[in-house]
Amino acid sequence: MNEFFHMGGYAFFVWMSYGISAVVLLANVITPVMRKKEILQTLKRKLRREQS
Amino acid sequence: MWLFYHKLGSPKYFYSLAGKLIPWFGWLTLALIVAGLYGGLILAPSDYQQGESYRIIYLHVPAAWMSLFIYMVMATCGAIGLIWKMKMADVIASSSAPIGAAFTFLALVTGSLWGKPMWGTYWVWDARLTSELILLFLYLGFMGLQAAIDDKRSAANACAVLALVGVVNIPIIHYSVEWWNTLHQGTTVMRTDKKTMDTSMLIPLLTMAVAFKLYYATVLMMRARNEVLDRERDTSWVKELAAEA
Repeated sequence: MNEFFHMGGYAFFVWMSYGISAVVLLANVITPVMRKKEILQTLKRKLRREQS
Repeated sequence: MWLFYHKLGSPKYFYSLAGKLIPWFGWLTLALIVAGLYGGLILAPSDYQQGESYRIIYLHVPAAWMSLFIYMVMATCGAIGLIWKMKMADVIASSSAPIGAAFTFLALVTGSLWGKPMWGTYWVWDARLTSELILLFLYLGFMGLQAAIDDKRSAANACAVLALVGVVNIPIIHYSVEWWNTLHQGTTVMRTDKKTMDTSMLIPLLTMAVAFKLYYATVLMMRARNEVLDRERDTSWVKELAAEA
């Protein structure tokens, strides 16, 4: 197991690559989810204002 | 077929269809990434020249392929929007740009992290690296232009022209390793003359490539749905959706 994380001495380069990729790919999923909520909430508030 | 094409051009239909497809694509993407990483990081043997460092290939090569593929999708949709004034084509083009930029960024960063132990440097101004960097700037330029023009129609037209002009960079990136004598190695996967990669390494690599394609499809649908909501905010179906939210 330790050997696996050690990556034959290239641990920093290999795990940095995988770490940065994971962060970027996850961020690209989270951003549109939050954006959707934001759009619908803004619209909802606007609709309420128009009704009252 | 024509009926399907017309329906897909309708934002409301696209919104509901994409909503149904996203979970399927999302889970399939995740399953393939897990399988690809298991094959690439655990099952595949280490490289006889590069040792364990070569394992960056399972991210680097698929990300680089995606950076080119997404650009071609973006430029094609830009052209369709420009010629046939199809709204959904503009939506696909503008939603693709940030994802393409992300993959280009990843191709550059993982390449850099691979270059340091193998070439002794994080960066070198060689033809492949430079043209890929220009690709990143093309994506960022596209996004900047999009954000700078308020009117959606004219923004889409201007961006489509930019994307189409930038297509000239794509063959340059692809053939750069053949045209110039570069530090970056030539292609190992897409060759017909001889087999240069062992199956135990090739299968995880191709699995990751398919996983990234599906990831793109998933995130593209998510972004395109938001874009549709934003563009159609004055229509009754979006208002109903918002009222329920």
